[in-house]
Amino acid sequence: MLVITCPYCGPRPEIEFAHGGEAHIARPQDPSSLGVEDWTEFLYMRANPKGLHAERWRHLHGCARFFNALRDTTTDQFVATYRTGEPRPDLAAVKA
Amino acid sequence: MSDVIAAGRTPFEALNGLSMPGLSAAPDRTRYILRGRAGILAPVAEVLGFALPTDACRATGSDQRHALWLGPDEWLLLSPAGDRLDKALAFAIGDVAHSVVEVSHRQVGIVLDRPDAAAVLSVGCALDLDLAAFPVGMCTRTMFAKTEIVLWRTGENVFQIEVWRSFADYLWRYLVLAGAEFA
Ligand SMILES: [Zn+2]
Repeated sequence: MLVITCPYCGPRPEIEFAHGGEAHIARPQDPSSLGVEDWTEFLYMRANPKGLHAERWRHLHGCARFFNALRDTTTDQFVATYRTGEPRPDLAAVKA
Repeated sequence: MSDVIAAGRTPFEALNGLSMPGLSAAPDRTRYILRGRAGILAPVAEVLGFALPTDACRATGSDQRHALWLGPDEWLLLSPAGDRLDKALAFAIGDVAHSVVEVSHRQVGIVLDRPDAAAVLSVGCALDLDLAAFPVGMCTRTMFAKTEIVLWRTGENVFQIEVWRSFADYLWRYLVLAGAEFA
């Protein structure tokens, strides 16, 4: 079983977690001023990288908090997890 | 549901005595889910008589009342049946943003107290229940087989389990099945 480190609870089994989509998607400050294309971009368009991907995860059956994770989509390895509101960890720092 | 509760019936009555050594229903409890940030810590401590746990997955308490850390701003308060805390909490916390929700009848308690309790639980729970990884006083929401539980270790071989009422029958049967592996 995959072990995911919750930033609040520590390492926990993957069955306690739920995936929450791509991380760091900021909701537009003034949605009503946005054109259809920009709104579509915000609402539907997501990155689908091969490699490191910043994602939202939720420790659903634990502390129930959302947090962010850097996961390698080719190996399923969780490279880093960090609390919501914190910046995406520096790649070089993570790899070191 | 309300008349079932009013009659004092538990989900275990339909099990026709199905049991195993060390497995029992916990006494009736009053339960609250308390949510709030740092501003509620001092007033809540005054009402409870002890401080809320702020370390992840830890419980604090006195003889009668206990507070279990569920999340960074969420606690499960357990006290004897009839020990109502909601009004006192709301009065003490005042205008600081918070919520107190009574969940006494949403869930029931199960106690597992036997020398191989950790091994029996490991049949359905993926957590590391070694004493070093899950010491006495640790508590957490987690999964047992297909049901979510709150698991709280109150002794080396004693676990208190809180489970949603409608899953209690399933959990009980699963624990008896798990125990059979160690008979
Ligand atoms: Zn957590």
